Amino acid sequence: MVTTILKSKVVEQKDLSESCSLPDKMGHFGRFGGKFVPETIMPALDQLEKAYLAAKNDPAFNAELEYYLREYVGRPSTLYYAERLTKKLGGAKIYFKREDLNHTGAHKINNTIGQILLAIRMGKKRIIAETGAGQHGVATATAAAMFGIECDVYMGEEDMRRQALNVFRMKLLGTRVIPVTSGSKTLKDATNEAFRDWMASVRHTHYILGSIVGPHPYPMMVRDFQTVIGREVKRQIMEKERRLPDYLIACVGGGSNSMGLFHPFIEDKDVKMIGVEAGGLGPEIGQHASTLTSGKIGILHGSASYVLQDEDGQTLPVHSISAGLDYPGVGPEHSYLKDIGRAKYVSITDNEAVNAFQECARLEGIIPALEAAHAIAYTMKFAPTLHKDEIIVICLSGSGDKDSFEVAKKLGYKI
Amino acid sequence: MNRIDKKFYDLKNKKTPAFIPFITAGDPDLQTTKVLILEFEKRGADIIELGIPFSDPIADGPIIQASYYRALVRGVKVAHILDMVSELRKKSGIPIVSMVSYSIVYKGGCQNFVEKAFKAGLDGLTIPDLPVEESDEIFEIAKKNDFKIVCFIAPTTTEQRMSLITQKSQGFLYYISVVGITGIRDRIPNDVVQNINKLKQMTNTPIVVGFGVSTPEHAKLIGRVADGVIVGSAIIKEVEKYTNKHSTELVKCVGEFVGQLVLGTKG
Repeated sequence: MVTTILKSKVVEQKDLSESCSLPDKMGHFGRFGGKFVPETIMPALDQLEKAYLAAKNDPAFNAELEYYLREYVGRPSTLYYAERLTKKLGGAKIYFKREDLNHTGAHKINNTIGQILLAIRMGKKRIIAETGAGQHGVATATAAAMFGIECDVYMGEEDMRRQALNVFRMKLLGTRVIPVTSGSKTLKDATNEAFRDWMASVRHTHYILGSIVGPHPYPMMVRDFQTVIGREVKRQIMEKERRLPDYLIACVGGGSNSMGLFHPFIEDKDVKMIGVEAGGLGPEIGQHASTLTSGKIGILHGSASYVLQDEDGQTLPVHSISAGLDYPGVGPEHSYLKDIGRAKYVSITDNEAVNAFQECARLEGIIPALEAAHAIAYTMKFAPTLHKDEIIVICLSGSGDKDSFEVAKKLGYKI
Repeated sequence: MNRIDKKFYDLKNKKTPAFIPFITAGDPDLQTTKVLILEFEKRGADIIELGIPFSDPIADGPIIQASYYRALVRGVKVAHILDMVSELRKKSGIPIVSMVSYSIVYKGGCQNFVEKAFKAGLDGLTIPDLPVEESDEIFEIAKKNDFKIVCFIAPTTTEQRMSLITQKSQGFLYYISVVGITGIRDRIPNDVVQNINKLKQMTNTPIVVGFGVSTPEHAKLIGRVADGVIVGSAIIKEVEKYTNKHSTELVKCVGEFVGQLVLGTKG
C-alpha cells in the first residue's frame, strides 16, 4: 500500500528544472509563498534579500561560511549505513545522514551560521530567534556567542517545560530566553512574539528564522543554507554506492531539514522523496500537526502554504510529542512539491515515533531526536516493502539527548 | 459616494480632523460592540475601525491581542460580525473600516470576503499584513464595489515604497506612528510631524495616524498635522477594565473616554 502512493503522478523533467529555479522574485512557489507582513518590516525584508543575494554570489562570503561549517560545525556529517536496522527490517538498504553529529546536535546550525554571517554583513547589532524544541534556539545562541553578538530567543512556556535542558544551554551560552505565554505557548506563538519584537527593533536587529517558513526571502534563504545536507548526501552516496538513492525520507515540521535533503535532488526524478509529519495522538483536530496531509491552503506567519486553520482562517491547535514538529504551518516549497507531486507526505503518530526512538537506540546505538524518529518510524513500515537493492537515505536531523526526559515520562520512567 | 470619502470631504470643509476609535468586534460580546459603536457616534467619532479578531496577530501588542483572544474564546465568527454590522446599518450611517488579517480574507476568498463585507455595510478594510506588492487582486475587486482598501505607511518605509503606497491607498492612508506594534505609549515620536508633512506633498489622500496614540493630548498633537487620529489599545484597555461589569456601565465609561479623545482631537 505504501509504495503505490508514489506512482500516482508523473512529473515532467522540464517542470522539475523550473521548480528548481523557484521562488520567483516575489518569493512565490506557484500559488504558495509570498510576503504577507506589516509594512514596518517590508523594508527589512527587501534589505535582507538584497544582502543575501549579494552574499550568495560573493566568493568571500561562501569561503567564510564553508570555513565555519568545516571547522566549527564539523561538516561534512557522515552518511552512515544503518546495517542492523536494515537487516532487521529485511528490505531496502538504509543510510542515516548524521546531522545529529553537528556541533549543537542538529541541522539547525547550518542555517544559523549562514544567517549570522549575513547579519554581520548588514551591520545588525542584535539577533532574535524563535524556537520550538530549542534546537534552533541553541544553534542561534551558539552562533551569537561565537561571534559575540547580543541574542534573545523567544520560546513558548510549554516548550520551555518540555525542553528544560535546551533552555539551560541557551542561558549558558549567554542568550536571554524570553518565555511566551500567549496562545498555545508553543512554536507558533514564539514565532508571533519574535515578529512583534522585530516590528520594533528592525533597524538594528536581525531575525534568524529557523525554518523554511515565514515571508520571502526566508524560505529560499534557509533552504539554501540547509541544502548542504543534500549536496553532501549526493557526493557521499555516489562514493559508497556509485548511484543515487531511490528514496529520501525526512521529518517535516516547518520543513528545513527535509528541504535541505530534498532540494539538490529535485531534478533527479528517479529519486523519490517522502516527508513525514507529526500524526500526534490521532486525526482529530488539535491532536496532530499534519499540515500537508490534512491542512488547506492559507496564510500563516507571512506566507501562503498548507495550514491547519478553521473555516475563518483562525489557526487551529496542534499537538506532537516532538516540540520541533508541533507547528500548524509548513514551508511553502513543501506545499508546492506536494501539489506538483514531486514529494509525498505521510504522518506518524507519537507512539510510532517513540517506538522508533527506542528501536534506533537499541539497534544502532544512536538516540535520534523525536523529530527524526518520525522519519525512522515511517522507514520501519516502508523499508520491508522494498527490494534489498533499493536504497533509502533518512535525514537524522538531530540527536535525541534533548528528548530523553520527555520519552522517559511517556514510558513511565522516573529520572 | 463611499461613506469614508464623504466623511473626509465634510471634515475638510469644516477644517477639522477625524477621530477614529478602534474596537474589537465581539469583545466582550457583539451586542455590546454594536451599542459601543452607536455610543461612539453619539460622542462625535467620525469613523469606526472595527477589529476582526485573529488568532495570530503580528502587528498587534498584548492589549489588542488579549482582546482578540477574549472574543475568539467566546466563539465569535466572521459571519456573526457581518450580521452585527448589517443590524447596525439599520440605525447608523457612520463609516466603518474593518482591520482584518489577510489570513482571514484569504481563507474566505478575496472576492467572496469583500463582497460579503460590502453587502453587510462595511466601507473598507485595513489589512496590516498585506503589503502593496501582494494587493493587486483585492484592489481590483474592491474598486468594482467602491469599497476602500486602506494601506499603511511606517516610519521605516522608504521613499520609493511611499510613492507606490500613496498611489494605491483608498479612503485614507494609515500612517503608523511608531516602529513597533500597537500599544499604549508615553509620547508621540518626534519624526511623526516631519513624515506626515512629507506624505502630504505626495498625495491628496487623507492621512490618518495610529499605533501608540493613547491620550487626548496625543490626539490633539496629531490632530494638528494629520487628517485623522486612530486610538486603539487605550480604548481596548478601558473595555478590558469594565469587562466584568454590566454592559451599560461599560458603554458609559468607554464612551466617556472616547468623548475626551474626540475633544482632544478636535480641540
